[in-house]
Amino acid sequence: MSVDKNMNVLIVDDYKTMLRIIGNLLKQLGFNNVDEATDGSMALEMFKNKTYGLVISDWNMEPMSGLDLLKQVRVLPANANVPFVMVTAESKTENVIAAKQAGVSNYIVKPFNAETLKTKLTSVLGEF
Amino acid sequence: MDSGKKEIGRDKVIHLINSVIEKVGAAEEVSREHIYAELKDLHDIIESARSEIGATQVGDISGKHIPTATDELDAVVAATEVATGTIMDACDAISEYSENLDPAHKDFLLGEVTKVLEACSFQDITGQRITKVVRSLKAIDEKVNQLMDVLGEKLPAHFKESVDEDTRVGDARLLNGPQMADKAITQTDIDKLLEDLF
Repeated sequence: MSVDKNMNVLIVDDYKTMLRIIGNLLKQLGFNNVDEATDGSMALEMFKNKTYGLVISDWNMEPMSGLDLLKQVRVLPANANVPFVMVTAESKTENVIAAKQAGVSNYIVKPFNAETLKTKLTSVLGEF
Repeated sequence: MDSGKKEIGRDKVIHLINSVIEKVGAAEEVSREHIYAELKDLHDIIESARSEIGATQVGDISGKHIPTATDELDAVVAATEVATGTIMDACDAISEYSENLDPAHKDFLLGEVTKVLEACSFQDITGQRITKVVRSLKAIDEKVNQLMDVLGEKLPAHFKESVDEDTRVGDARLLNGPQMADKAITQTDIDKLLEDLF
């Protein structure tokens, strides 16, 4: 099944630069409906009004972290299975394990390049 | 204070305390003068330690050095964010312009723009690292404040904060690095100054 590039994508990061970088890279990959949030609680609010086909989130944010967001998203009935990719500078083994246990779909360590983003998205969404 | 000196001081204090306790225990055999002399030694050691702590000007650590360092680091984060934004604006403009080009040139330009965008993620990483350093400095600040709360009132007033005397001479006094926005003068101010001077 081909990937619907018109699906809603949510990027969550407290650094405007990263929101812009990921947004631009997604645009180059053909994703046009990209929303942005600057922390987990803002992202959760956005889930109330929209259905997302993909979430790309940072971990280290306040007041709600990316891990807490992931846990909250996984208990929302309509979004329990939404692909959730963590993009973070947290690169310890225990971080990856905790994210996996919370139900993360994939994990990208910053700094990353466009190729890595594409590869991880392909593994989560399928070929596009 | 080096650790060797600290150990000697501590041993001496313990020895004196034990000596006083023994002599008080055997008070009938020892004169009051002896006990007083040893208590006086203890007092002198404590005063000396207090002076040494005062001489380190701990008030400056919390009141001046740490706030300055954290402000400078915050300024680094802000400046890199602005610069990164400018670079990314240029990337957007190049990407937009590439739409007018033939596919080969367009792909080449977009490929190079992608590399620039990837490199811009340094701002996020350095920002996070600097935030960690700022947090550590604030923890040190807190500990110093606790120390000041304990000793502060007993420290001689002139030891609490130093006058930051610039000991450099000549042109060396002019080298102070980039200034914080609220302390720097603007290019307009400089132009006006130059006009007034010449």
